[in-house]
Amino acid sequence: MNKVPYDFSSLTAWIDSSLRATMSPGWAVAVEMIMIGVAILLLYAVVGLFLVYAERKVCALMQNRLGPNRVGPGGIFQTVADLVKLLFVELVPIKNADRILFNLAPYIVIVASFMAIGALPFAKGLHAIDLNIGVFYLMAVSSMGVVGVLLAGWSSNNKYSLIGAMRSGAQIVSYELSVGLSLVTIVILAGTMQLSEIVEAQRWGWFIFKGHLPAVIAFVIYIVASTAETNRGPFDLAEAESELTAGYHTEYSGIKFAFFFLAEYINMFIVAAIATTVFFGGWMPLHVQGWDGFNKIMDYIPPFVWFFGKTGAGIFLMMWFKWTFPRLRIDQLLTLEWKYFLPINIFNVLLMALMVLLGWHF
Amino acid sequence: MEEKTNTVSLENQEYVINMGPQHPSTHGVLRLVCSLKGEIVQNVQPHIGYIHRGIEKMCESLTYQQIIHLTDRMDYLSAHINNEAVCLTVEKALEADVPERVKYIRTILSELTRIQSHQLFWATFGMDLGGLTCFFYGLRDREMVLDIFEETCGGRMIVSYNTPGGLMNDIHPNFQKRVKDFIKYFRGVIHEYDDLLTGNVIFRERSMGIGVVTKEQAVAWGMTGPTGRASGFSCDIRKHYPYSAYDKVTFNEVLHTEGDVYHRYMVRMEEMRESMNIIEQLIDNIPEGPYTVKMKPVIKLPEGEYFQSVETARGELGVYIVSDGNKNPFRVKFRSPNFVNLAPLNMMSKGYKIADLVAIGGSLDLIIPDIDR
Amino acid sequence: MENTQLTAAIAALVPDAEVKHGRQFVEVTVKSEKILAVMETLKETKDTSFDLLVSLTGMDWGTDLGVVYHLRSTVFNHMIVVKIMIPDRENPSADSLCQVYPGAEFHEREVYDLLGIRFNGHPDLRRLFLDSSWGYPLRKDYKDDVNIVSK
Repeated sequence: MNKVPYDFSSLTAWIDSSLRATMSPGWAVAVEMIMIGVAILLLYAVVGLFLVYAERKVCALMQNRLGPNRVGPGGIFQTVADLVKLLFVELVPIKNADRILFNLAPYIVIVASFMAIGALPFAKGLHAIDLNIGVFYLMAVSSMGVVGVLLAGWSSNNKYSLIGAMRSGAQIVSYELSVGLSLVTIVILAGTMQLSEIVEAQRWGWFIFKGHLPAVIAFVIYIVASTAETNRGPFDLAEAESELTAGYHTEYSGIKFAFFFLAEYINMFIVAAIATTVFFGGWMPLHVQGWDGFNKIMDYIPPFVWFFGKTGAGIFLMMWFKWTFPRLRIDQLLTLEWKYFLPINIFNVLLMALMVLLGWHF
Repeated sequence: MEEKTNTVSLENQEYVINMGPQHPSTHGVLRLVCSLKGEIVQNVQPHIGYIHRGIEKMCESLTYQQIIHLTDRMDYLSAHINNEAVCLTVEKALEADVPERVKYIRTILSELTRIQSHQLFWATFGMDLGGLTCFFYGLRDREMVLDIFEETCGGRMIVSYNTPGGLMNDIHPNFQKRVKDFIKYFRGVIHEYDDLLTGNVIFRERSMGIGVVTKEQAVAWGMTGPTGRASGFSCDIRKHYPYSAYDKVTFNEVLHTEGDVYHRYMVRMEEMRESMNIIEQLIDNIPEGPYTVKMKPVIKLPEGEYFQSVETARGELGVYIVSDGNKNPFRVKFRSPNFVNLAPLNMMSKGYKIADLVAIGGSLDLIIPDIDR
Repeated sequence: MENTQLTAAIAALVPDAEVKHGRQFVEVTVKSEKILAVMETLKETKDTSFDLLVSLTGMDWGTDLGVVYHLRSTVFNHMIVVKIMIPDRENPSADSLCQVYPGAEFHEREVYDLLGIRFNGHPDLRRLFLDSSWGYPLRKDYKDDVNIVSK
């Protein structure tokens, strides 16, 4: 195995050993957990801020206008200003709303996305937890978000929110099937569910190239289904302003609305990150077998640059979807999933299994 | 006075939703009270009158030149055509012969008005269905037409350029060149509209087969304009009762037969192209001459009743003036196309889903101030 | 059909109506009780087939109220004007045309709202623009000290 220039496992091992040297093992673990929590929180905040700004700029680019360009050079502090404003907004208390559930709902959505970020590998050795059931764990925790959505709609005591939440819940639950089956296709190709192993297995070729036809089908279905799962793009009828004002988060104001808003962008980030990890090699640079000079140059670029670059491309694609297409109706959306995606996905899984057994992949 | 209560009734499992007067996709202050069963619309009752200004009553105390300014504010996207309607009625009553130059210019400006109205329709229709980018592309191109209006007529949307007898002022020297430049630009750009929305499979799924109106229903309810023509009802006033310079140009009346949301959209797309054809036939041949006929400062119509229809971007606008010989009209009635097109909304949306109601309402291309007058 | 032919045809169809040549169109004045039957005849007869109700206007002629109907035929492209007079100003009423022309529904509501003419047989006669505290603004004797400046 070639020596990888950037190996963060030595860094994390050093932190671990120095902590254990100075305090008892229990405390060391606690401090590590706090450090990871703070790091993920920071990542969350920074990525969220950047994504909101990026969305507005990308949207403006496609709509023949400029986007935020006054607050700070090039408008980069626009999101900060919006966040500060949201902090000052009056939290309107809702009459007859279920107080506990109403306040709980945004936190559930945030917690679900936190847990998913924890499993993603940003570089070699740089992930919070490397479970041997990584893919399965990711699918499980992203399903928790739907609970938050349903709670938000129900506890708002508002007809429109309820309709929006029901639609959204049905949509998310349906499309999780497609997302899961696409990931299962890749698990078959990789032979393991552990995310670091999946990335390692893509050293000499990303899975989208290795598992040609089934992997491409799986990727297409994955990207469409996960756009639907995050309530984005042409599948955003839960928040369709032209129809039902704001859907399940109509009654939320101020910081709680900011949570939903941020959670939507972070979910988009997570979805794109999962796509890069399983289809495009995660932090693994583009290597071609036999081109040693080329591979050395590729290795020189740091792995988190690779990771964020690929994820950024995926996010740009999702933003492009949203600003180009009209919205689907709820029944058309569910028809798409149950009558088209599900049969294609099942067929694709069988195809991939056949390919792996016969060795027809790279 | 006994008033019947609201006819939206509640049976089991039905609930009432209010798409209130402030709503992003009812185009103006229109309140739709919908009774739904799940997603299916059972009954839609429009409530109007939020912008009723009493225009017809006001006209009874104004002179004929002053009425023109009120018509701008009815269907503000066909402002020029509304002005033309009243001017034609007054000129017909006085049997005044307007110069050829005036007729040509009025026709060109009317067709430009039609184009910019359909551009706005495309922009807002795409936005209603969720393709938010359409709004910016449509308005970007509409700005060019509005700049032409501003230069020649003095106003972008509220033009008041027509006056009984002719025009307020002659056209700007740049007018012909700007219009030709616009036509050339727009012909190159209109394919973007089709690429973005017309061919899109999501758009087709949202609009084909929705809100179907047959030809008999269109005639029975009196739906004119692109809404009627999409159902096969040939109602173009420009063809049947030509006025201004329409008898000197050749153009097609765009007719489809399916009568659904998609074809109402397609009629407007094709009408934009027909309008460009009309303008091209006229723009180089504007005859020289005076821009108005000498009229008395105080216009008094002879006693009697006069009716004139014109084809606005939305349908047939009929102006009915009853005069008793004074300087103020005795009664003015505007048969507004949007008023008549709104009435069958309940009939058209029964049985469809609430998302379709937005699409149907958008395809009718309603302007609420024209309904309320 | 030309106006002269129309005059003859309508005079034959509707014997007790007053048919004359207005400045533009043939004007048919009918008694208000007969309006529904007259409209049905005008619509159903093949020679005239007035199937499009272009406009329905409520009028206050000063002494009487009235309704003016503009009808057009999509088959022959001719237009006529039908008028009825309603002398009763306290409780004016006429027959609703909704069975013959469904599009008359909103028009008649507007006339009821602004002039007070009730239409018998209308499926849903309520005020359209204004609420019940207004009188009937389009009448010539409408007084409103707040909103109207009388000379």
